Amino acid sequence: MAGLTAVSRTAVPRTARKRPYGSILVLLLAALYFLVPVAASLWFTVDDPAKGLTFGAYAKGLRDDGMATSLGLSVRLGLATVALGLALMVPTMVVVTLRLPRLRRVVEVLCMVPLIVPPIALVAGVSTVLSWEDDLRTTPLWGTFQALHDKSFPLVLVLVYTVMSLPFLYRSLDGGLRAVDLKTLVEASRSLGATRRTTLCRVVVPNLRPAIVSGSVLSLAMVLGEFTVANVLGFEPFSVWMVHVGEYEAQLSVAAAMLSLLITWGLLLLLTNLAGGRTRARADRRKPTV
Amino acid sequence: MAVTSQAPARDGATATEEQPQPAPSVTRRRAGRGAPRRHWPAVVPFFAFMAVCFGLPACTLAYNAFTVIDPATGASHYSIDNVRHSLTGAYATGLAGSVKLSLLSAVLATVLGTVIAQALLGARSGALRKAVVSASGVFANFSGAPLAFAFIATLGTTGTVTRLLHLKSTGFSLYTFTGLVLAYLYFMVPLMVVTILPALDGIRAQWREAAASCGATKAQFWRHVGLPVLMPSLLGGAVLMFGTAFASHATAAVMTGSSVPLITIQIANALSGNVLVGQENLALAMSLNMVVIALLVMAVQIPLQRRSNRWLG
Repeated sequence: MAGLTAVSRTAVPRTARKRPYGSILVLLLAALYFLVPVAASLWFTVDDPAKGLTFGAYAKGLRDDGMATSLGLSVRLGLATVALGLALMVPTMVVVTLRLPRLRRVVEVLCMVPLIVPPIALVAGVSTVLSWEDDLRTTPLWGTFQALHDKSFPLVLVLVYTVMSLPFLYRSLDGGLRAVDLKTLVEASRSLGATRRTTLCRVVVPNLRPAIVSGSVLSLAMVLGEFTVANVLGFEPFSVWMVHVGEYEAQLSVAAAMLSLLITWGLLLLLTNLAGGRTRARADRRKPTV
Repeated sequence: MAVTSQAPARDGATATEEQPQPAPSVTRRRAGRGAPRRHWPAVVPFFAFMAVCFGLPACTLAYNAFTVIDPATGASHYSIDNVRHSLTGAYATGLAGSVKLSLLSAVLATVLGTVIAQALLGARSGALRKAVVSASGVFANFSGAPLAFAFIATLGTTGTVTRLLHLKSTGFSLYTFTGLVLAYLYFMVPLMVVTILPALDGIRAQWREAAASCGATKAQFWRHVGLPVLMPSLLGGAVLMFGTAFASHATAAVMTGSSVPLITIQIANALSGNVLVGQENLALAMSLNMVVIALLVMAVQIPLQRRSNRWLG
């Protein structure tokens, strides 16, 4: 706590003109801790102790079929997860806010429960359920199970990832719904003669856009980096491929790790640009002192 | 979970909604067109999805954790053997290791994250704040396998920094408990920074001024005003940090393999069949232990959250 006290001194108006050296020192140390691994990893990918500077790892990555396949699978899984998550959550949250407020608490709890069941525990349950397949060989359900773990597009991962993304979606949508007076908007739209569908598409969704974008981006980032569930169930999206290739090509896997950092960064940048405008303006108005 | 106290009443509410005729107050339409419309069909897909994709695996987990398959006959019967095994020997060590790792990294992340967030406010630069917040967002999402590789490339046996600083001669190894804490902090500290910033924003300048005009020093202000007001948010953050560290598996699995005993890695090993005959459900019992611990830790937070909302809401 010593650091805290020293730092806070600078924030008092009386000493406002003093340079906040303590704060700057703390931030510099933090920057060092966060930037060194990135810089060191980048150097690791281009530095070959025998041959010196080389971009072989990146060239190899671009030629590698496994990388394209696994990255493609990750992206498709991510998009499917976001689509399913939004299809489930947007109508539910809107109806609960407008018409069924008594269900709000139930929905909240259900969406937050995945937080207390770690992915590894969830996948332990899922793999047990999947192991029933052999017992169901004679029933129509067998086909469903086959489709669930189709190697080219494992639906079971989409379902599990959707469960895992519910906390993100719930939090963003809840925040978005609290920020707009949805009831008045919907009543206005309906009294002007709009149908339910028009109201949903042209009034509700545009007003929730920042919340929808932020929930989707966080879910997408989660799916693209997910390793545990896919690995246990035996599928090979991007991060699992990264680990497999790391067993014989250390440089390539580190290059892939840097690529995944870049993708995360790009996604979040997209989020700030797509969703930031409106929310930022509102936040600035509310907190002029910061 | 924040709901236990109200759960019975809410469960009652669910039951009502699923009946064909919901309470009139819920269904009354304001637009006044046509007959009263039922709204519950809109929420059915969500509840159905949760029942199948979460409820089914979770119930299977809980049920099978207490079931043992007899290797001789193939018949399964109820037993607490799995739970007993999961709490003894190597598995107990793994569970303790996970709890220890999560506790230590949660405490460190809470303290460091708060100090960094406060330093950020102290620097009083809007542009810097924006930059740090977005960087925190990126690093908080940079976990799992990619994080492990970044650390291996930096501090691993042939890592850049290891070679540069000749760390090998000092006996440092990334593939230990310390190494894991170092790696975990990389995504936990940024997560704490974004979590605690709003709470720190809530510490009003007027409170400092009031304290100062009553003759309080900075240390006294933090001891008697700042920290008590922040305490619920800090504990909430610490619980979140613990949960994050406790659940994470990929970073440790890729970095250390099984050299540091952790329950998540043991579950993954058990799921891939590395258990004795007759202990097939051991992974489920271990998973159940994890859920119970996560629940206990989360429960700490509930009464505190309310107090925090009163001051910072």
